[in-house]
Amino acid sequence: MKKLILVALVAMLVACGGDAVPRNTGVFMLIDTSGTYTEEINKAEQIIRYTLSKLDATDSFAVARIDTGSFSEKDIVAKASFDDRPSAVNRQKRLFAEKISEFVKTASPAPYTDITGGLLQAVEFLNEKGTGKKTILIFSDLKEDLEEGYIRDIDVELEGFEVIALNVTKLRSDNMDPREYLGRLEAWQGRVEKTGGHWRVINDLDGLDGLL
Amino acid sequence: MSFMLGITPWPAVSALLWIVLIIAPLYLVRGTAHKTIHAAAHGLHRSFRIASKAVSRSEKNLALRNRDVLLAAGREAKERIIEREFDRINETVRKDLANYSSLHRALSESIDSIEKDHQQAVDVPPDPPGWVKAVEAVAKMSAAEDRNSVGNILGDIHRSLNKAHKEAMSAYHAASGKRHQLLRRMRPGWRQIQQTLTKVGKSVDSLLSRSVTIDRHMQEYEDIVHGQDRAVSVLSSSSLVNFFVSAFVLCIAIGGATINFSLIARPMAEMVGGTSLIGNFRTADIAALVIILVEISMGLFLMESLRITRLFPVIGALPDKTRVRMIWITFSILFLLAGVEAGLAYMREVLLHDELATSALLRGDGGATATAQYMWITTAAQMGMGFILPFALTFVAIPLETFVHSLRTVVGLFAISLMRTLALALRLFGNVFLYLGVLFKQVYDIPLFVPLWLEERMNRAAETDGLMTRARQ
Repeated sequence: MKKLILVALVAMLVACGGDAVPRNTGVFMLIDTSGTYTEEINKAEQIIRYTLSKLDATDSFAVARIDTGSFSEKDIVAKASFDDRPSAVNRQKRLFAEKISEFVKTASPAPYTDITGGLLQAVEFLNEKGTGKKTILIFSDLKEDLEEGYIRDIDVELEGFEVIALNVTKLRSDNMDPREYLGRLEAWQGRVEKTGGHWRVINDLDGLDGLL
Repeated sequence: MSFMLGITPWPAVSALLWIVLIIAPLYLVRGTAHKTIHAAAHGLHRSFRIASKAVSRSEKNLALRNRDVLLAAGREAKERIIEREFDRINETVRKDLANYSSLHRALSESIDSIEKDHQQAVDVPPDPPGWVKAVEAVAKMSAAEDRNSVGNILGDIHRSLNKAHKEAMSAYHAASGKRHQLLRRMRPGWRQIQQTLTKVGKSVDSLLSRSVTIDRHMQEYEDIVHGQDRAVSVLSSSSLVNFFVSAFVLCIAIGGATINFSLIARPMAEMVGGTSLIGNFRTADIAALVIILVEISMGLFLMESLRITRLFPVIGALPDKTRVRMIWITFSILFLLAGVEAGLAYMREVLLHDELATSALLRGDGGATATAQYMWITTAAQMGMGFILPFALTFVAIPLETFVHSLRTVVGLFAISLMRTLALALRLFGNVFLYLGVLFKQVYDIPLFVPLWLEERMNRAAETDGLMTRARQ
């Protein structure tokens, strides 16, 4: 009997004290606000709302804009690490949605597009949060346009990250030469996968079911 | 095959050679092979028979034990029933016959009163008429006496007679009236006596019917004590019925507990967090489950303290004062937990509304919460369920006790039938191996039919020779 109790206790301890792997999700969304892409920002709001509805307690979510220099905390529009209690989570979600609505109303076009800086910022944020699943959403046409002086020729460590490009619109030049568009996508995919990341593209925003 | 047929230039010869080469050693070792097959078959047959007998013995032991368990359970149940019947008789005697002295006094008083009234109502004979003496006096008068005076006297008598008759009639009417009045006064007394006697009669009838029931139970109890087969059969069938009925009720209770769980698991996340895990299970779910299990335990203790169930003899054996305290303590805990559940059910509804509102906001659908004005109905229903279900789950103790008690017998019966089947299968296998041994021997002999036939012929010839030699001698 004593042995049985001992075995049961050990089993319980093993079950309770096992390697605690985080099961939460961290999402960082980058929104391109450069040039004419600002017109697409309403779609970004929809995606944010959808993402908010999918996230649960202890998950983390942040939304940042891509502008001239995106590797900055100042570009983070809204961020939240959701509480453990469902009521608090709902409150946080509503607050987050309000902040995003305000941002959408007041967003102004940026002269340059620093996607790599935003990516670095996202990686830093998500690594700091230490979430189990890390997802970076890039709402952009993926056309990077850096201001002189900005060095972004860096390999971003993306091991364990899933990078999803959303609403990658075709530019006028892409229509003239589709190879440019395809090349751009390929270049980004190569960049992400080179450092261990997983790459996906979703252009049909009606089919967001598999987003998270 | 080509190799086998190629050992000589002629395949037929090769085949023949092979047949001879194979059959010859088979024929030579035939005796040993038969013995081996026989030994193996008989060995297996015996082993299986022994195993079958062992299982049969165990089955019989188990059946005996099961019978004992069944009789013990039946005896205990019957004792409880008889005890309860005696309690009821005691209650009847205490309630109805305890005031027998007062009933007796009431009856005596009623009878005395009636007797008194009756005596007063006795018909008083009327006084003899006074004119008889007057007639005698007139008859004694001589003829010489004045006839006129006789006429006067008779006239007076007539008047007196009329007057006396009137007085007597009025006295008679008054007396009759008084008697009727007295008789009328006796009626409530009779009614009271009748009612009292009916009451006593009912009590006696109830006692008689109880005594008949007790007689029947006592007869059954005696049958159980004597271990009669009829009693065992009745107990066995009732045990099976109890098992299935209690299992059915327990399934319903599990359904109730599941609903209860779903009511409180969600809001429990507000208290212990929605994402923390113990093992592979959410802490909130475990906490909700623990609350329900604590409620069921409290229900069990309450039922035990009320002596409705007897799962824990320690509780039943407690002094009455402690037991009553325990009833109040368990009931209070149960009441508090029911209150907590009602609160959690309310919280669940609030959370649900909150979540719906947030979802609607995120979907950009502002009108989704328009139906909230009717939501109080579901909130009230959930709260009611949250409060009632813990008390309803209390009654799980009754089917649980029946289930536990009948489970022993049912498991025993199941094990007996299993062992019986196993014994039969083992015996069957033993016989199968025995006949397989015979079959293998026959199969072994099939390719050897030529040498065996020759052997038989030779034996027969030798026998014939022997007989002829003996005949000649």
